[in-house]
Amino acid sequence: MELIVDRQVVFAYTGAQPLEPTRSTIVFIHGAAMDHSIWTLQSRYLAHHGYNVLAVDLPGHGRSGGQPLPSVSAIADWIDRLLAAAGLEQAVLVGHSMGSLAVLETGARHPDRVWAVGLLGTAVPMSVSKPLLAAAKANDHAALAMVNLWSHSNRAQLGGNPIPGLWLTGLGIRLLERAAPGVLYNDLKACNDYQDGLESAARVRCPALLILGRRDLMTPPRAARDLLAALPRASSIMLAGCGHMLSTECPSEVLAALVDFFRRGN
Amino acid sequence: MATPQYLRFDTLTLHAGQQPDPTTGARATPVYQTAAFVFRDTDQAAALCSGERAGHVHSRLSNPTNAVLEERMAALEGGVGAVCTASGQAALHLAIVTLLGAGSHIVASRALDGDAHHLLAHMLPRFSIHTTFVDPRDPEAFRGAIRSETRLVFGELLGNPTMAVLDIPVIARIAHEAGLPFLVDATLATPYLCRPIEHGADLVCHAATQFLGGHGVAVGGILVDGGVFDWEAAGRFSTLTEPDPGFHGLDFAEEYGPAAFIMRARQEGLRDFGACLNASAAFQLLQGVETLSLRMARHVENARKIVAFLETAAAVAWVNYPELFSHPDHALAQRLLPKGCGAVLSFGVKGGRLAGQRFIENLRLFSHLANVGDAKSLVIHPASTTHRLMGAQALQVAEIAEDMIRLTVGLEDPDDLLEDLDRALRASQKL
Repeated sequence: MELIVDRQVVFAYTGAQPLEPTRSTIVFIHGAAMDHSIWTLQSRYLAHHGYNVLAVDLPGHGRSGGQPLPSVSAIADWIDRLLAAAGLEQAVLVGHSMGSLAVLETGARHPDRVWAVGLLGTAVPMSVSKPLLAAAKANDHAALAMVNLWSHSNRAQLGGNPIPGLWLTGLGIRLLERAAPGVLYNDLKACNDYQDGLESAARVRCPALLILGRRDLMTPPRAARDLLAALPRASSIMLAGCGHMLSTECPSEVLAALVDFFRRGN
Repeated sequence: MATPQYLRFDTLTLHAGQQPDPTTGARATPVYQTAAFVFRDTDQAAALCSGERAGHVHSRLSNPTNAVLEERMAALEGGVGAVCTASGQAALHLAIVTLLGAGSHIVASRALDGDAHHLLAHMLPRFSIHTTFVDPRDPEAFRGAIRSETRLVFGELLGNPTMAVLDIPVIARIAHEAGLPFLVDATLATPYLCRPIEHGADLVCHAATQFLGGHGVAVGGILVDGGVFDWEAAGRFSTLTEPDPGFHGLDFAEEYGPAAFIMRARQEGLRDFGACLNASAAFQLLQGVETLSLRMARHVENARKIVAFLETAAAVAWVNYPELFSHPDHALAQRLLPKGCGAVLSFGVKGGRLAGQRFIENLRLFSHLANVGDAKSLVIHPASTTHRLMGAQALQVAEIAEDMIRLTVGLEDPDDLLEDLDRALRASQKL
């Protein structure tokens, strides 16, 4: 479906289901230079199992118009306006990587809007290496290759994708290549500049679930320890053998963790 | 800045798509010889059947052994995914039916395998899908043949049997300027010699029976999606870009992004037409892919020796191989196929068709059969066999001469092959 936020068209995947006012709503927020399609194997299931789903493309990403937002706090405030545009008083927010920071910050800045948060492939701070930032700033294809390589575990690079016949490494690079020039740099810089995450985490009142990949090179599990400690009501789950692209590398495990989290919340 | 290094080609031929079996520890890819897969519970059953979860339901749609071959070929071609099919012909058909319907049109190179030509020229018109055949050496002819109802541009990288080389970058640009995808059949090259997606192709198909398997024991095909073509921007592929009532409103481009085409090919074309590959054949083809680099290098090395011999043989009227300076596509072949032009070549025997028959019948090592890409060397007379249904005029246009002999050079000791050819050529002249 399409929504209008800040006078710009925003695309939100709903699993081809209408939004039902009586249902809980889960909003999925993707990571740097990606789009809603990374959530296909969670969002479609949930949309057909009693939830409203909005897997959005952030401004300037995927099918959404506008320019990429320059900071995590800007994305958080945009999520607040997105919920208003969708007529939602409250939602569960699930974010990956940069999206996890945006979800975290939304929970801190707009606590009444957020019923629970799911944070995948997350770390606070989320420092980005200087060579990667430099390559992204130059719109060098090497930046996409670095992100793609470091985002997938060695296991995922070898193959054995849960979706028969799809080559995750190839799919990952094609998705990144779809982003307009400058988008990856904007997003990585937003991650790198976000320095107040632990203070924000302390203000998040709702339940939080961290889903981490044991083989994550982009946001290694140890980089999430301080965040886990700072969140007042947090739990975590570690997926063995999974890299940074948790929702595509280990889709069933991520879905199971989310479903269990939502049920406990209910 | 140096680009980070993914796993390299030779490593991918051995490993891509496969993990050691988690249950048994088997290092080799197991043959999952089963028609269907047991559901864990009713919820999983419904979720798998509606695409809410990933996994295998029935081997007509997917199979773990086939999935290894599919991922491996997607990796080797630099694509996002692949579907393996019952034959190379089925892979071509699957690509077409995923994109085209009645009233649509294809622009194709006329340098095609005889069966591919028959499908396009005679079979598909019965379903109101028409093809205009053009000279592969005239890219502007592709542009000129494109109509408002055209939905696909197609050609063989190395045309069988003339070995016309397709100018992939130029034809891809023409196709893309018209908002059309470009499908390349790379059977005779394999990704070891050329990866068409890197040169601008959107889709790649193979008769895996041939050099990918390389052993001549299994028939199969593969269709690879490069994941590059923007179906939505093209605005004329509603099967991929609009909610489909046949799939409860699923919009493939919305749902699967860069993998929209290959997901639709599996979920619709493979299911509805049923041309799936059996797991045993997938396993056999995988054994071939594991040695692809070693074999193709040897195929090319042997082919070069055979070509050099034929060039100087008194009984040979002409030799056709893109590495020769005399071949019209020599310069293009050097750019697109720097490692070599494969192991299929053709030549004319002095003395016409009768001399050609005597040549074939006097060969001892070369097997006379209608196939290419075997480890064993092969020979055939295309005009009377593989391409006979094209008719005299189409043969002439396609430059398939009456005196043409097609060889596929195998992996035998090249000296034995040379002796075999020399003996048979001498016999051919004793009329």
